[in-house]
Amino acid sequence: MTLTDTLQTSFKTVLSYRMRSLLIILAMALGVAAVVVLTALGDGARRYVINQFSSIGTNLLVVLPGRAETAGSFPGAVLGQTPRDLTLKDAQLLGRLPQVRRYAPLNVGAAELSAANRLREVTVLGSNANLIPIRHMKLAQGSFLAQGAEHSAHIVLGAKIASEFFPRSQAIGQRVRLGDSRFLVSGVLASQGESMGFNTDEIVIIPIDYAQTMFNTTSLFRILVEAKNHSEIESAKQAILASLRQSHDGEDDTTVITQDAILDTFDRILRALTLAVAGIAAISLIVAGILVMNVMLVAVSQRTAEIGLLKAIGATSTDIRRLFFAEAVWLSFAGAMLGFLLGQFGSLILRLAYPQLPAWAPVWASIAGIIVALVTGILASMLPASKAARLDAVQALSKK
Amino acid sequence: MIHLTAITRTFHMGDQAVYALNNINLHIASGEYVSIMGPSGSGKSTLLNIIGLLDKPDNGRYELDNRLIADLSETEQAQIRREKIGFVFQSFHLVPRLTAAENIELPLILSGMPSAQRQIHVNAALQAFELSPRAHHRPAELSGGQRQRVAIARATIMQPSVILADEPTGNLDHQIGAEVMLLLENLHRSGTTLIVVTHDRELGARAHRQIGMRDGKILTDQAHDTD
Repeated sequence: MTLTDTLQTSFKTVLSYRMRSLLIILAMALGVAAVVVLTALGDGARRYVINQFSSIGTNLLVVLPGRAETAGSFPGAVLGQTPRDLTLKDAQLLGRLPQVRRYAPLNVGAAELSAANRLREVTVLGSNANLIPIRHMKLAQGSFLAQGAEHSAHIVLGAKIASEFFPRSQAIGQRVRLGDSRFLVSGVLASQGESMGFNTDEIVIIPIDYAQTMFNTTSLFRILVEAKNHSEIESAKQAILASLRQSHDGEDDTTVITQDAILDTFDRILRALTLAVAGIAAISLIVAGILVMNVMLVAVSQRTAEIGLLKAIGATSTDIRRLFFAEAVWLSFAGAMLGFLLGQFGSLILRLAYPQLPAWAPVWASIAGIIVALVTGILASMLPASKAARLDAVQALSKK
Repeated sequence: MIHLTAITRTFHMGDQAVYALNNINLHIASGEYVSIMGPSGSGKSTLLNIIGLLDKPDNGRYELDNRLIADLSETEQAQIRREKIGFVFQSFHLVPRLTAAENIELPLILSGMPSAQRQIHVNAALQAFELSPRAHHRPAELSGGQRQRVAIARATIMQPSVILADEPTGNLDHQIGAEVMLLLENLHRSGTTLIVVTHDRELGARAHRQIGMRDGKILTDQAHDTD
């Protein structure tokens, strides 16, 4: 019996037991679809987090005061205090390092903003002109601390704040009061929504020296540093630590977090999660495989007389084994394909329901899902197929 | 062509051994028309199954066309069943989900013949057995006589040298049964060896050689010319 004839004959058999075939294909398909959709969800979450992290800057390093090490030897570590603060002088020092393209010192606080008979509390960022490009923020209008205006009392409003205070008129050029000082609105941020739990639409930005005066501090909350390129991130980190150690009398009392390291960690965690979810979904494929075995065993006992007849008209055991085997392969194959399509469809629905979630199933997951479905189907059909092949012809024929 | 020497076949019912065939010696020449008769349990079906290579004797020699069957592999035996032997059963044994034409085609598929060639053979067989109008009907839509004609067409499509018929008219009424017998006898007339197992004396008497069996043994073996 030729391979084509075997495949054709078993395909016809699959078609003629329509209900049975449909159900088993559905079981297989749901297993594959589960793998595809769940990995799409896992990988979508991974990409969502990565996108969020990437959106806060490129080649970004964050310098913060204190040492995030429990094994530290300085007494302040235990109390959560730091012996030395980061200062503007430190920030300027970092700006001179060869690996650093630009830096932005950062102070954060809250103050009351009032203008045009309105009043509300806002989050205040104090920084320099580099903050906007480093943090990938965009100005809808105006500018922030443009060249030559570094020390002017200018303020940039978040999109929502601007529209709240000046719903009908142009915000730029207006005077506002923040805390006890008066500022001139020089720019309005473009609306970007929330990123990393921080809504840039509801902040205001003022020059760092005004912020330090307003909050009565000389220390910095953070220094944001952008490395010249991706390959220099690590060496920039070392250079920053070295230069701060030097200016802090040889004490290692600052921490540098690279965006890359955070990205890497999240990437690894979420990949592992996706893999785990795929593994759980694959269990349903094994169950589907056992269903295939069950269905094929029933088929063998249903078709015992037919198997006897095939032997009587000259089918070899191999022919019969292959016929049942091919039938299971068709069922698994159809199930895997249908499941793949169902899974892609499910991912599409996920993407439509949550547009910010890039729920695309990774290619490896789709391929693995299909292969596992085929392999379990094939393995599961071996026992029934060889059972059919071993049937005694005379006994098989006498069975109705 | 068929040489059986001291053939024994036992079945075990519980702890008791029952002889289905007890020391059978039989020679059937090419082109003979033989009927095997006897009450049920006499071993006539077992004898037919052994001749058709569906069953294996426990003891004894079986030579078919001068080849010792015991020496052949399973695949070679399947090939002999496919090419030299045609089976006709009492209960037809048609595959219910296949059409008449597809049932007839089965042995050709097993032999690996290309599809285009198969269609030529199948159409010729459908015509020869007056089944052309029913070619695309399933067995459930055919009458008993038509079903047995499909089964005979399937048994003869490979042009075997032996037709083995086990109660071929057992499920048919008298008139249809007679028609089926005529078909089988026509095959014999064109040179095929025909062996019919039956417990119907009238039917058995039509054969040129009649073998009577009882309790696994051949009691009578008589030939007469009625052609």
